Amino acid sequence: MEHATSTGLDSRKLAIWTFIGSECMFFATLISNYLVNKGRSLVGPYPHEPWTSPSGEHFKPILEIPLVTLGTALLLFSSLFVVLALSGAQRGSRKALVGWLGATIFCGIFFVGMQVYEFTHFVREGLTLKTNLFGASFFTLTGFHGTHVTIGVIWLITLWILALRGKIPPAKSLNLEMAALYWHFVDVVWIVIFPVVYLIK
Amino acid sequence: MAAHTTSVDHQEHSHPQASVYAKVGLVLFVLTALEVGLYEITYGEHAGSSASAIQPFFVPLLLLLSAFKFALVAMYYMHLKQDSKLFSGIFVFPLIIAAVIIIGLMVLMAYHMAFARSG
Repeated sequence: MEHATSTGLDSRKLAIWTFIGSECMFFATLISNYLVNKGRSLVGPYPHEPWTSPSGEHFKPILEIPLVTLGTALLLFSSLFVVLALSGAQRGSRKALVGWLGATIFCGIFFVGMQVYEFTHFVREGLTLKTNLFGASFFTLTGFHGTHVTIGVIWLITLWILALRGKIPPAKSLNLEMAALYWHFVDVVWIVIFPVVYLIK
Repeated sequence: MAAHTTSVDHQEHSHPQASVYAKVGLVLFVLTALEVGLYEITYGEHAGSSASAIQPFFVPLLLLLSAFKFALVAMYYMHLKQDSKLFSGIFVFPLIIAAVIIIGLMVLMAYHMAFARSG
């Protein structure tokens, strides 16, 4: 039986929402940092424009929109999948829970893999944290977001293992709902980052 | 004095059907395609003669689409539409602070740069 609370709401759910609220402000500072430094890099590589170094080396615009669009679409779909997994957990459908949660984890791993590829590609192209203001603010913002996605994937994998063992009955679906809320938050942050970093010149 | 307490009720706010989630997912996908399509016709390889006419509206349109997607995920997937208003408050209040931080820092930096340029 659930214990009583002063609000009538589950304390764990209230805690995760409070955490998400604090994360909003955390990402606001990172997005602000990116925006105030946007277009102020004195040397390339640049996100949207080509650049020729003083030594005559030519650099293409560094952002790869098609790959990131695919990652963005999969992250959006993962939000749909996790909410379907939650619906399955609440109905007591283990098959739906395990299947949709597995699909969510796959999308999350793809997104992290996409970011690892993107970061290594950028470093090979000569863009690091220390190269210019774009590099510093880009790696800080997307790196922190990627870390959040990685934490989310680990959290979801632990729940997936529990679901496989039949340890997430409908009465314990709140355990998944908390992870799902965190996952959706990671998704909404990317909904902001994607146009701000990749599409707006 | 004993604190007033209420029992936790998980069934108070029922969550939407799977079909609603799927429709929201489809809308999110279409909106993302619109964002990228808008970029392509304005700045991408497919930018045509109309690109310069779209450019002044590009950023507001992208921000509008992004805000709509954000609201859809928050309302339907995060269940803020059905759940307690307290959760909405806990989420929206920091969001307002976040928006103020972003706008405030941008204005401050723009003012600083203008001041620096003027000597």
